[in-house]
Amino acid sequence: MNMAVQAINSNTKGVAQNTYDAIVIGSGISGGWAAKELCDKGLKTLVLERGRNVEHNKDYPTATKDLWEFPHRGNMTRQFLKDNPLISKAAGFGEDTAHFFIKDKDHPYVQEKPFDWIRGYQVGGKSLTWGRACQRWSNFEFTAPARYGYGLDWPIRYEDVAPWYSHVEKFAGVCGNKDGIEAMPDGEFLPPFDLNCVETHVQKSIKQHFPDRHLVQARWAHITKPTETHLQLGRGKCQARNLCMRGCPYGAYFSSVSATLPWAARTGNLTMRPFSVVHSIIFDEQKNKAIGVRVIDAQTKATTDYFARIIFLNASALNSNLVLLNSTSQRFPNGLGNDSGLLGKYIAFHNYRANVRGEIPGFEDKYYFGRNPTEPIIANYRNLHQQDTDYLGGFTTFMGAHRTRGATANLTEEIGAAYKDALSLPGGWRVYMYMQGETIPKESNHVRLSKTEKDQWGIPLLVTSVAYDDNDEKMIKDFLAQSTAMLEKAGCTNIQQHDSKQAPGLDIHEMGGVRMGHDPKTSLLNKYNQLHYCQNVFVTDGACMTSTGNQSPSILYMALTARAVNHAAEEMKKGNL
Amino acid sequence: MNRREAIAAVAYIMGSTVVGAEVFLSGCQRSSSDETLSFSENTVALLDEVAETILPSTAASPGAKEAHIGSFIKTMVTDCYEEKDQKIFAAGLDKLQEVSKEKFKDNFQKLSAGNKHALLVNLDNEAKSYQKSKKEDEPNHYFTMLKQLTLLGYFTSELGATQALNYLPVPGRFEGCIPYKKGDKAWAM
Ligand SMILES: Cc1cc2nc3c(=O)[nH]c(=O)nc-3n(C[C@H](O)[C@H](O)[C@H](O)COP(=O)(O)OP(=O)(O)OC[C@H]3O[C@@H](n4cnc5c(N)ncnc54)[C@H](O)[C@@H]3O)c2cc1C
Ligand code: SF4
Repeated sequence: MNMAVQAINSNTKGVAQNTYDAIVIGSGISGGWAAKELCDKGLKTLVLERGRNVEHNKDYPTATKDLWEFPHRGNMTRQFLKDNPLISKAAGFGEDTAHFFIKDKDHPYVQEKPFDWIRGYQVGGKSLTWGRACQRWSNFEFTAPARYGYGLDWPIRYEDVAPWYSHVEKFAGVCGNKDGIEAMPDGEFLPPFDLNCVETHVQKSIKQHFPDRHLVQARWAHITKPTETHLQLGRGKCQARNLCMRGCPYGAYFSSVSATLPWAARTGNLTMRPFSVVHSIIFDEQKNKAIGVRVIDAQTKATTDYFARIIFLNASALNSNLVLLNSTSQRFPNGLGNDSGLLGKYIAFHNYRANVRGEIPGFEDKYYFGRNPTEPIIANYRNLHQQDTDYLGGFTTFMGAHRTRGATANLTEEIGAAYKDALSLPGGWRVYMYMQGETIPKESNHVRLSKTEKDQWGIPLLVTSVAYDDNDEKMIKDFLAQSTAMLEKAGCTNIQQHDSKQAPGLDIHEMGGVRMGHDPKTSLLNKYNQLHYCQNVFVTDGACMTSTGNQSPSILYMALTARAVNHAAEEMKKGNL
Repeated sequence: MNRREAIAAVAYIMGSTVVGAEVFLSGCQRSSSDETLSFSENTVALLDEVAETILPSTAASPGAKEAHIGSFIKTMVTDCYEEKDQKIFAAGLDKLQEVSKEKFKDNFQKLSAGNKHALLVNLDNEAKSYQKSKKEDEPNHYFTMLKQLTLLGYFTSELGATQALNYLPVPGRFEGCIPYKKGDKAWAM
């Protein structure tokens, strides 16, 4: 095996040319952090990214366009939708953002059960299009699986991650308010965005009628007051345009492209290699560790091997599973580090199915200025100190209120001058709430490699076998009932409940398959995100998640990544890696 | 999510009817065939007239015709509508002319402003009651399509967004709670 590797190696230049201190696979939210932290530690770092290069500002073709400059005003054409039924379902997907998402036919996979796998393959990954919600996990989430017996105990606690959350928040720039809520710990926040008048009203009403529930201002990765670090990178204050998914010309929301990667580049230690599809991680049986990574050029399809002492796998949750499953050797016939046979199992995600909305009279003399790119949050209030529902897990609730357009209520005719003038005025206010629920990891929810089908680079297709269950249905019911009750108490009328019944995947919070744990028999990674059985390989994206919690996950991936790099660097110094 | 909610808010001003909601929330519709409709110059001119009757020029802002809604509708129906909806739309324009000839003895374009208005008020009411009573899988009324595309096109056009509404390309800041003075225009998206 190893001999063959050497032979294929790098068509011309030989091993030395292709050797780095560290390799990072993927340049999205977590890979960008791995790159930044490794380069800051003085390690020569190669970042392998399967997609094209994207440079801050230069490659944001729609960022400053007005709506009328899009021929279909944001909609996709019939032909595009016919060719891309899957990716076009993604939240926020449209004529202005399509260039940051894949096309369906380029990247097939096998849906054994319906699963909408949303991907953005380019430098920056999904950090360019993410929603930017950034709440911290609390210890309730780290301890819930052990306390309620619904899975594996996390090998870490809030205290292990807290300093790394701080580290990450300060650099990324997260706005929010310190609210002192046990279920959603405070962080290093820049000033929050305002609540609007109706949101403030709903906040007060919840406080009065549901004293154990807390509606707070958004904790979101936006710079509301740049620090010296932000300014050094050319990142500035958010201009409240709410066009973030196109890429931000002000660098005001956090992305790999505006923040971590340029920072890493400034150290002089970074080598970026776009169009590099990682095929597998190369394991050396004599050395009993990984020695490098096999790459297929996205365009020429040529194979090249790269070498390093440590490897960070950050290809996004399911792709990291795929890479490990495809990294086979005599020692690891079922995938790298997979002695337990659990690689690819216990996949979970967030439950985004349900929302409620209503109208609220009485605020017609109030309005707002600008477009708020964030949303207020109701911290989880379920199953905190004890299990108090007929289901396991909890949910975060996002909410918002906005004024509609069109003061047409008293018109008898909806044609003509009076109608048009009425449509130019603001209408009534509406309020909505939607859920982000925890789902329970189960062995049966899994991904694996197809035995028969391969992609255009000769890599087996991923098979997804992931579904909702009864626990999720119960949580949806509870969410709908509780949220409706909160809207009623706030004085909403015409309240409507909605369950989208969407397949998993559209939440874009897929997690698991390479979970962390104390015991190598029941987990793949140790408490520092190292493969138990191949300790120079670190997996720090969503694949590492032992349970899903109910908070938005990405800021935790960032914190775990920075923590793991720190550990790796220390171990390297000690000669252990 | 945030942005999608804002888009839903626009759909809402369309009177929460079906075609608008679909167009706005899931993009344009899918088609089983790629055959498309052809729009002659005449048709575009007719669409301009219909749109101008729905959203005429007023003291406050220019009308739909000036915002070139006819050619916007042509683009949307051609590129985005499903074939079955394209057919309903095309047949609908013929029907509109028939009604015009029957009632006022002339093509829609030739009618007086008052007669155009009266004709569309009738059609609007007909479309509304049809939409209300139809089953979910039954086709939409052509006038519902026409009106929604007119509203969408106009309020997202440069003229509509900047003159009929209040448009800030770069607000610079967000203020959550400010007084609203009666008569002030709504924010464009
Ligand atoms: C519309 C939307 C809204 C979201 N909202 C939020 C939110 O509000 N809060 C939140 O916390 N999260 C949110 N997310 C989720 C968030 O984007 C992801 O959790 C996060 O991007 C995951 O980071 P990652 O590094 O694991 O993967 P990514 O950011 O996807 O990066 C993975 C990178 O690896 C590359 N790659 C994959 N396979 C290979 C390979 N074989 N070889 C080389 N490179 C490879 C990919 O091209 C990609 O660039 C949202 C996502 C979307 C799309
Ligand atoms: S809202 Fe803020 S972060 Fe988003 S695009 Fe505008 S300036 Fe950038």
